[in-house]
Amino acid sequence: MDIRSQIAMVFHLDKCIGCHTCSIACKNIWTDRKGAEYMWWNNVETKPGTGYPGKWEDQDIYKGGWEKKGNSISLKGAGKFKGMKNLFHNPSMPVIDDYYEPWTYQYENLFEAEEGDDQPIARPVSLITGEHITPKSGPNWDDDLAGSEEYAKNDVNFKNVTPAEQEAMFQLERMTFHYLPRMCNHCLNPACVAACPSGAIYKRGEDGVVLINQKKCRAWRMCVTACPYKKSYYNWNTGKSEKCVLCYPRLEAGQAPACHHSCVGRIRYIGVMLYDADKIEAAAASNDEDLIKNQLDIYVDPNDPKIIAAARENGIHDSTIECAQKSPVYKFVKEWGLALPLHPEFRTLPNLFYVPPLLPTMAFVDESGTYETTTDSFWGAIEKSRLPMSYMASLFSAGNEEVIKNILKKLMAVRLHRRAETVGDLPENESKDAMRDVVMDKETADAIFRLTSLPLFDQRFVIPPAHREEAMEMLESTADVKGNTGFGFKEQPVRGL
Amino acid sequence: MSNYFFFIGLPYVAIVILLVGSLFRYLNFGFKVSSLSSQFLEGKELFYGSRPFHWGIIFLFFGHLVAFLFPRSVIVWNSIPLRLLILEVVAFGFGISALFGLGMLIVRRINNKRLWMVTTKMDVFVYVMLLTQIISGLWVAYFARWGSAWFPTVMTPYLKSLFLLDPDITAVAALPLSVKIHIVSAFTLIGMIPFTRFMHFLVYPFRYFYRPYQYVIWNWDRKKIRSSRKLVNGVRSKNN
Ligand code: SF4
Ligand code: SF4
Repeated sequence: MDIRSQIAMVFHLDKCIGCHTCSIACKNIWTDRKGAEYMWWNNVETKPGTGYPGKWEDQDIYKGGWEKKGNSISLKGAGKFKGMKNLFHNPSMPVIDDYYEPWTYQYENLFEAEEGDDQPIARPVSLITGEHITPKSGPNWDDDLAGSEEYAKNDVNFKNVTPAEQEAMFQLERMTFHYLPRMCNHCLNPACVAACPSGAIYKRGEDGVVLINQKKCRAWRMCVTACPYKKSYYNWNTGKSEKCVLCYPRLEAGQAPACHHSCVGRIRYIGVMLYDADKIEAAAASNDEDLIKNQLDIYVDPNDPKIIAAARENGIHDSTIECAQKSPVYKFVKEWGLALPLHPEFRTLPNLFYVPPLLPTMAFVDESGTYETTTDSFWGAIEKSRLPMSYMASLFSAGNEEVIKNILKKLMAVRLHRRAETVGDLPENESKDAMRDVVMDKETADAIFRLTSLPLFDQRFVIPPAHREEAMEMLESTADVKGNTGFGFKEQPVRGL
Repeated sequence: MSNYFFFIGLPYVAIVILLVGSLFRYLNFGFKVSSLSSQFLEGKELFYGSRPFHWGIIFLFFGHLVAFLFPRSVIVWNSIPLRLLILEVVAFGFGISALFGLGMLIVRRINNKRLWMVTTKMDVFVYVMLLTQIISGLWVAYFARWGSAWFPTVMTPYLKSLFLLDPDITAVAALPLSVKIHIVSAFTLIGMIPFTRFMHFLVYPFRYFYRPYQYVIWNWDRKKIRSSRKLVNGVRSKNN
């Protein structure tokens, strides 16, 4: 047993309103620079849709993530042999056009144009070449199913959805969508780290944040290919790769990352998970159907005295253990079993979990073509959902529909329970039956309801308190400079060469 | 006089600049050491340029190195004319491959507005130097035949004398102009390594082949510090 601590996240998709505030908060802080304009460390996609960069989930194109080889795993498109032989030209790396060519507008023209007969306009200019361009695609070009013929219909997750189901889905009356906010998952088995030839990418032992050392990156670009979520980006200007840093300066100060802090729908939860690092290898190499179960097994119970002892043994601070016990992520993922990793079949063991959305599945169109919203059908069976289960299963459970159905039933049971409590217009036993079906007691249902709908700020974000002294120690060892302050040595005061 | 400058002065200056300059840049400007890949801005034409160029130049580099380090083996190999012919044809092939690749790379850069944005004066210099080097090399291979036969007896002793700090340029001074150009441009190129993107081949990631795939760094490893016997257990964090 090798207990470590990891900052993990839960996104409750039913609550996401697709406002992109998270992406903007991130952009303003981190990527509003030359060479980084096209990067969205945090982005929000409409599903169904092809996402950003286009078709990122299609690993036949991009060769990201790991694949199972016998009892072990190997990187799909990178690594000591596969990657290094492509060092001079990497055939599966996305290029700028797979994202979009960033642009801005010539706003100054609005003020400085010479007097004339026409209104001055602000023409779009490329942020790479500085020439006039006509933007033909961009991030969220397919927001809210815009251009669904071109985007939604090409969603990679439709490969297991029958053509008949697809046809039915795209009838105007039935069409539905949900949002999928994405960011780096700070994986337990990060493909980007494994693919980096220079050893520039590493996982921080203390909190599991995955970072790129800008001084060591040599632009071999392997991480861009290897990350199956396409969350490592190449800065064409500096010749270095960059990725989400989970706002580590904020984390170290005990604050939530900016995307979490600014989330309007309050869909984001962040907290500590204790895990057993010895189990990573086996879990990453499990069979498709066991992937989720084995990944969740890595995370251990922070209330178990044996675990606590092992955590202390590994130098995990008491306050971190305490946070792990109060972690909203632990509740959603382990206690309640409501959240799943995105595309577990990529085998990077991501630490961002999603509560699958219930809303698009509810309310359906009946045979006569009317949109059913009566309470009766409002609680209609999940089987009749507008989004086929196979679609959701392709996103969150490597094709296992039962797992998804089970979670949706739980979410439904909580709703029925609350409806019975607050409005009381449901036939007796309906909520009780639903709860019995998913083995949930009243207290749990209320707890889920409270953490979902009425959570306080510090219930959503439970980050170990600001150990300012240790934040300092992350930069340099205080013992090194103890007693030196008076002289203000910047270098170590050692004699000779 | 100019022979002394080009075949004694220049080589020593170039090698000193290479050693001091690369180390200085690596240690002080680590951020600026990068292969500066431009595949992200243009990924299709690069394939036809970068691959033939790199494989060609790598083979030629090691070819020259082998002839310098093991001159006798090369002479023995060449004792059978057919083997000499094979060696020369293969080497010439790699030379053509490097030239073709370089040509493609130059055309690609000129034709692509996006690439202009990431092209520096030093990149242009690199292209000119490489062109001179490869063309003069091919010229020598074709007109001053057979290179692999006379290199071990002419060039190897000269280079060896340089390394032994007892330069002897009598043989080199008598070589045809094309060979001289090839030598001079080679040493210029070596001297310019620290100032150009050539730096990237010095940081080829050999370590990757024997390190484990995953990499975890503890900035402040309490476990290690607790078990340390040192009284003052300051361990500087590894990423700093
Ligand atoms: S999501 Fe991608 S970039 Fe982030 S840790 Fe995982 S593999 Fe690396
Ligand atoms: S800020 Fe929150 S609600 Fe808005 S798009 Fe981002 S995740 Fe969704």
